[in-house]
Amino acid sequence: MVGPPTSQDTNDKLKALKDPMMHTQDKPQLKAEARNLSFYYGAAKALKGINMPIYDRKVTALIGPSGCGKSTYLRSFNRMHDLYPGNRYEGEIRFFPDNTNLLSAEVDPIEVRMRVGMVFQKPNPFPKTIFENVAYGLRVRGLTSKRLLEEKVEQALRAGAIWDEVKDRLQALAPTLSGGQQQRLCIARALATEPELLLFDEPTSALDPIATGAIEELVSELKKRVTILIVTHNMQQAARVSDYTAYMYLGEMIEFGKTDEIFFKPNDRRTEDYITGRMG
Amino acid sequence: MNHAISASAATDLPQVSDRLARNVTRNISERLIESALFAAAAVSVLTTIGIVYVLVSESIQFFQTVGIVDFLTDTQWTPLFDDAHYGIMVLVSGTLVSSGVALAVAIPMGTIIAIYLSEFANPKLREVAKPVLELLGGIPTIVFGYFALLIVAPLLQKIFPELPGFSLLSAGLVMGIMIVPSIASLSEDAMRAVPMSLREGAYAMGATRLHTAIHVVVPAAVSGLAASYILGISRAVGETMILAVAAGMQPNLTWNPMEPAATITSYIVQVALGDLPHGSIGYQTIFAAGLTLLLITLIFNILGQWLRRRYREAY
Amino acid sequence: MQTMTPDQIRVLIARGKMKDTVFQALGIICLAIGLLVILLLVGDMLMRGVERLNIEFFTGFASRRAAQSGILSAWVGSLLVMLVTAAAAVPLGVAAGIYLEEYARRNWVTDIIEINITNLAAVPSIVYGLLALGIFVYTFGFGQSILSAGLTLALLILPIVIVSTREAIRAIPAMIREGSMAVGATRWQTCRYHIIPYAMPGILTGVIIGLARAIGETAPIITIGALTFIAFLPPVPFTATGMDGATAGLFDWVMSPFTVMPIQIFNWTSRPDPAFEANAAAAGFVLMGMVLSMNAVAIWLRYRMRKNIKW
Repeated sequence: MVGPPTSQDTNDKLKALKDPMMHTQDKPQLKAEARNLSFYYGAAKALKGINMPIYDRKVTALIGPSGCGKSTYLRSFNRMHDLYPGNRYEGEIRFFPDNTNLLSAEVDPIEVRMRVGMVFQKPNPFPKTIFENVAYGLRVRGLTSKRLLEEKVEQALRAGAIWDEVKDRLQALAPTLSGGQQQRLCIARALATEPELLLFDEPTSALDPIATGAIEELVSELKKRVTILIVTHNMQQAARVSDYTAYMYLGEMIEFGKTDEIFFKPNDRRTEDYITGRMG
Repeated sequence: MNHAISASAATDLPQVSDRLARNVTRNISERLIESALFAAAAVSVLTTIGIVYVLVSESIQFFQTVGIVDFLTDTQWTPLFDDAHYGIMVLVSGTLVSSGVALAVAIPMGTIIAIYLSEFANPKLREVAKPVLELLGGIPTIVFGYFALLIVAPLLQKIFPELPGFSLLSAGLVMGIMIVPSIASLSEDAMRAVPMSLREGAYAMGATRLHTAIHVVVPAAVSGLAASYILGISRAVGETMILAVAAGMQPNLTWNPMEPAATITSYIVQVALGDLPHGSIGYQTIFAAGLTLLLITLIFNILGQWLRRRYREAY
Repeated sequence: MQTMTPDQIRVLIARGKMKDTVFQALGIICLAIGLLVILLLVGDMLMRGVERLNIEFFTGFASRRAAQSGILSAWVGSLLVMLVTAAAAVPLGVAAGIYLEEYARRNWVTDIIEINITNLAAVPSIVYGLLALGIFVYTFGFGQSILSAGLTLALLILPIVIVSTREAIRAIPAMIREGSMAVGATRWQTCRYHIIPYAMPGILTGVIIGLARAIGETAPIITIGALTFIAFLPPVPFTATGMDGATAGLFDWVMSPFTVMPIQIFNWTSRPDPAFEANAAAAGFVLMGMVLSMNAVAIWLRYRMRKNIKW
């Protein structure tokens, strides 16, 4: 910089901080983008004007204290809120490459859910065999050929890092698996339908440390093929696993950036307070 | 301020205060009350014993006259004729056919209503539907008998002109309607008990409500559904008045629902309406029939228990 | 899936949604059938029976002529039988419920009792009739009387009363019980002064529902030998009755032959003479009215109880 900083320079710098990808060569593709997204549970405003990018085949983590709206935000991506009466969206979630607004009334939530998968906080395998659990999504899409089903189920179970453990007992009932195995099965189930975006809602909070480690490893592997958005209340997990992190508080997105920057040199005071444990 | 409490007074104090000592009278009255309450609870056991005793003792006398093999294989049931035959299968066929018709109506209808109320209907509709179902289930069976004979049978005759006024079909259909509320209500309870997380897992994969209901919720609730079906079977097999009024009381070994026939239950009513001397063979037949009925009901109940244990909810 | 085009997805979803709609229609149709049956039944009974619904119907005895055949013996009989049923079922059922909830320990005796109660609920009502015939009518010698009928029905509805009592007691929070024991009350004192009063509305609801069921029962009563053609009333206590003008005792009515509403309806429905159809319809309507009002009272009680009790 030569001379005193001009306002234009400052503006550029601010922009660069807000969108860290702006000036680098390997600018990643956008997979989705929330634009001014607000959400109401009845009269209560749970999300307040969120703007945030989700980059293709990267892991984005959502952190924040309880009640900050991160699960609410996550569940907007697959229109889960539509299942319950009294909920309302404002704003858009743009999905690429076709630039569809996922929240539009003209878009069928079922269609959204066919492109966006979800793994839940508490593993929820269906009371069916391991094979049938993974095949469920495929059957929903009308796939009936036995050979194709077996092929895809095996692919999914391998991708979910659980094939070796269950390949000899695909006809066993899924709930007989351990907690960690059940969760990996649920991941395999979600992967079987090759979603474009995979949502994880605190996937390891109900699991023991060893199972947690296995899942974190899996997530790092998976991002090579799928875009991942993960909600976690465990900051260390976010730091280990994600490329980008968003800090939310009371329904607002306070700060978004590359994980390293958020954790080591956050811009916003509130982010810093949360990360250092002073708050939340 | 009396410092003169002597040491001797201290040692005069009783070891245990009167008020803390175990009160003998209180204990005795408590024990008596507990025994009385226990006796009341034991009445249920006495009832079962009574039922078994009455049925078995009269049946034993019956089987001293009529061989068991004859009882099970004879193809006629004419206990009050001179040439008496005692083939229980005649009555059993009536029971099975009428129950079959009833369940063919009640199980599908009850299950559909249960799925609809649990997975599709909005709360306002449920508030209206549940009382209607309760009302339907509360109608006395004799009134249903009236319904079967005087309303349903003539209606059916418009479709099947050759249908007789008394038939297992009209009685069976009305029995089915009578059983629908209990199947619907128990099945719905079983489905509502399935946790929402299972449904969310299915919806998150792009499943429709029907697909989720049939492929995820129903399999998860199968144990409760089986229990409701078994209850329905018990009620169908044990039903009396609808059959006594609308199916005719003519013992008839048939598997065709379009005919009139007597069932185990309607036979007992027929005999009770007449005048049979206590201790005669005719009198004993109703106990043999009753024992058969009880055994059939028992078998289904045990089947139900086994099914429930086998398909215990795994979630 | 990546391999499905958006259009293919949309076709699949549309097909799925159509199945949803078809099923919803099916569900509504099934519910409508239920409603239709009720309306058809009540409407028919009203239409056919309206000509009989007058004061003479309620105050007249049965007769060979349809137009003069009334339900006096029937509804009085039903009332009296219900009295005996309640008098037997309430103390037995409530006591059993209290024992099971407050006193019973988890051992094989309790298990047997509970298994019995569950099984008895599934026994066909006519088997209760056979039990009553063998034991009440003959072995105990009560004969074909209101007493036998009342006791039989009491046994029939006992499981209902026991279950309602237990549920009503379970709804009472532990702290109430503990509060009473903490001041030194005995188990029975706690029951008598706390548990029973608080559970009473729930118990009452169960009793009324049980009685509503009992009043419509026909099979067991026929089996013990209620007569279908009765043209007299059970002897009213302390009035002159019978040929010799002897005064009836306080409980003579309990041993009297009798009939009840469902049996009167059965008798009239079974007659080939179509003139009696109107009587059957009218009596059926009255019986439904009785059952409905009892159920309504039970529901109202349950509603009041939910509103009033605040722990």
